Amino acid sequence: MPTLPRLDYLDRLEAEAIHILREVAGQFQRPALLFSGGKDSIALVRLAQKAFRPGRFPFPLVHIDTGHNFPEVLQFRDQLAAELGEQLIVRRVEDTIRQRGLREPGGKFPSRNALQTYTLLDTIEEFGFDACIGGARRDEEKARAKERIFSVRDEFGQWDPRRQRPELWNIYNGQIQPGENVRVFPISNWTELDVWNYIQREQIELPSIYFAHERRCVVLPSGQLLALTEHLSLDATDELTTRQVRFRTVGDSTCTAAVESDAATLEAIIDDILQAKVSERGATRLDDRISETGMEDRKRNGYF
Amino acid sequence: MMASSSHSSPRFTQLILHISHILHINHIQQVDLLQFITCGSVDDGKSTLIGRLLYDSDAVSLDVLAALEAQNRTSAAGTVDLALLTDGLRAEREQGITIDVAHKYFTTPRRKFIITDTPGHVQYTRNMVTGASNADLAIVLVDARQGVVEQTRRHSIVAALLGIRRFVLAVNKIDLVDYSEQTFRDIVADYAAVAAQLGIRQVVSIPLSALNGDNVVRASAHLPWYQGPNLLEHLETVDVSREATTDAARLQVQYVIRPQTAELPDYRGYAGRIQSGVYRPGDRVLVLPAGLETTLAAIEINQQAVPVAVAPQGVVLRLTDDVDVSRGDTIVPLAQAPEPTRELEATLCWMVEQPLRPGRKLLVQHHAAKTRAVVQAIVAKTNIQTLEQQPAAEAQLNDIVRVRLKTALPLVADTYLQNRTTGAFILLDEQTGATLAAGLIEQTTLPAPELVL
Repeated sequence: MPTLPRLDYLDRLEAEAIHILREVAGQFQRPALLFSGGKDSIALVRLAQKAFRPGRFPFPLVHIDTGHNFPEVLQFRDQLAAELGEQLIVRRVEDTIRQRGLREPGGKFPSRNALQTYTLLDTIEEFGFDACIGGARRDEEKARAKERIFSVRDEFGQWDPRRQRPELWNIYNGQIQPGENVRVFPISNWTELDVWNYIQREQIELPSIYFAHERRCVVLPSGQLLALTEHLSLDATDELTTRQVRFRTVGDSTCTAAVESDAATLEAIIDDILQAKVSERGATRLDDRISETGMEDRKRNGYF
Repeated sequence: MMASSSHSSPRFTQLILHISHILHINHIQQVDLLQFITCGSVDDGKSTLIGRLLYDSDAVSLDVLAALEAQNRTSAAGTVDLALLTDGLRAEREQGITIDVAHKYFTTPRRKFIITDTPGHVQYTRNMVTGASNADLAIVLVDARQGVVEQTRRHSIVAALLGIRRFVLAVNKIDLVDYSEQTFRDIVADYAAVAAQLGIRQVVSIPLSALNGDNVVRASAHLPWYQGPNLLEHLETVDVSREATTDAARLQVQYVIRPQTAELPDYRGYAGRIQSGVYRPGDRVLVLPAGLETTLAAIEINQQAVPVAVAPQGVVLRLTDDVDVSRGDTIVPLAQAPEPTRELEATLCWMVEQPLRPGRKLLVQHHAAKTRAVVQAIVAKTNIQTLEQQPAAEAQLNDIVRVRLKTALPLVADTYLQNRTTGAFILLDEQTGATLAAGLIEQTTLPAPELVL
């Protein structure tokens, strides 16, 4: 008799995520996997391979493109989709702005994070998606800590924290009415460290901007570093510098700060994280600082 | 609920480095997972206790503390309200209460912990049921000045009902009773009576002060009479082996994998998560509820054939015969097969305002299986204070009732006592899809009705 496998905590988190992905495939007609090219969505792709190979994914990859991306990430995205042989749908915030006559956010750091919501909702409507899988985690932010794994949204994509369905055992209720859709978060219970440990264990490739490299940056008054791109409108007084940096998340480049680091390998990054005293969103996201309830407000309006 | 935010004592730095080394990839195999709930009444200091665990195990980072301090300007300089770490929504912070189930995470060299924080308000009992459904352990918090109160009992009943077997009685605010050993012993004795009535066998009682940190992650100089483990020590070492491999093997098919490619024209794989027990290739199996007999040709994980698989692994089963299998079917070893049933007796926790009355039609979701059902009878209602069964004409929000259900299609189920996964289901509204109730199966084969002569 072969000995029974002993499962560690990563095995358990993985099994949970695969179970959730298969529930999406079993319960919905038109699911989609929201793919940003970031590490969390790349981990989701690996989990989808484990859930569905040797078959095809039962959903396309969908990228809501802010137009403020790092070129390395877009290149990585296209290459990964090609290697997987899976369908990639890209919808651009730029097009939504034009079609709907929206105003671009002004200011020095014109983040399109809030406008992404419109493009996402339009894309859901265009393809009739009934479930959108995302890589959000509960440890990222305190409004997210109250999010369900299957999160039902009304036809405007809105999240009402008081009307959430209780989520019992590992039974996921995807029964919805026409017009409603569900956001699904298979790695809800993972922390940033768990994702990195998994990436290392699985030897998953990532875009190069996650690893230390030299970059021309703007130094913000808070001391945070922002990559110098053509989307920023700088003053003569802005301080520019070249530093050894890496990114902990890859979002809109106008609101995703870099951290100084010389971590060039997964091992070094994990060491960095273990010693980091500043949480992931705090270190790198400028938009949550706008108000104490920044994330909660955006989620209520249909954001992820 | 204040604590100093000076956060860089040598101990923390040491702990971090320790974790850093231990958690290195070679050691990750040693780290396991414990999911627990905290329950107590309003103001017992639940959120503070969780805040203290996160804070003292260094899971709270500088920017989160800074945000809390900014919210807390009225308090003394350099202090933070630890409860604010778990109260995430605007209304919660404004009203100083916890509305919804929140999840928090921290990791020590031994374990990753998932904390489910469940509100103490009476009207939010459904959240407590939700939290308890996934927990391996419950921390029952009492205020040392109040002792065991109605809510303590109610929460313990719910936790025990949902199948939690490991309890921690955390006697909080022990500093406010002058660290009195006698007070602690009295509360422990009171709770022992509750536990005995509920059949709870494992209770570890710990005196602590969440506010000051006594006995949470380090022993307290104020409690020389207490020899047991501090809270974190206990959480790190309590045995959590949950999937007894002696349990009957259960797997429901979630999804059928059919590549239909040139290389794999006839491949059919049945994807699912092992709910309990052990599967091996070569096992003679039944596909239920149809009752078709076949053999496991292979078990695949990540496209590799494996010699054995256990709960809760996600697998793909291949069968030797071309039998009809679809989502919701259960594949079980022949010798361990249960009898499919269309009539169940179950305990429900009713979770919506609209009352349940006999005759109500609804949907049963038993994991991947879904079928219509009718509530034939409400057998009894449980008095959550006395545990007495009382007759009831209907079930109202937060009621715990025993019902008889008849389903349109047969379910392949066990009792909740036998199996915490396959003995559980939820009830849905046919029209809105809303989750109406949590269901725990008490009996899968109902005795034949008495003959009326």
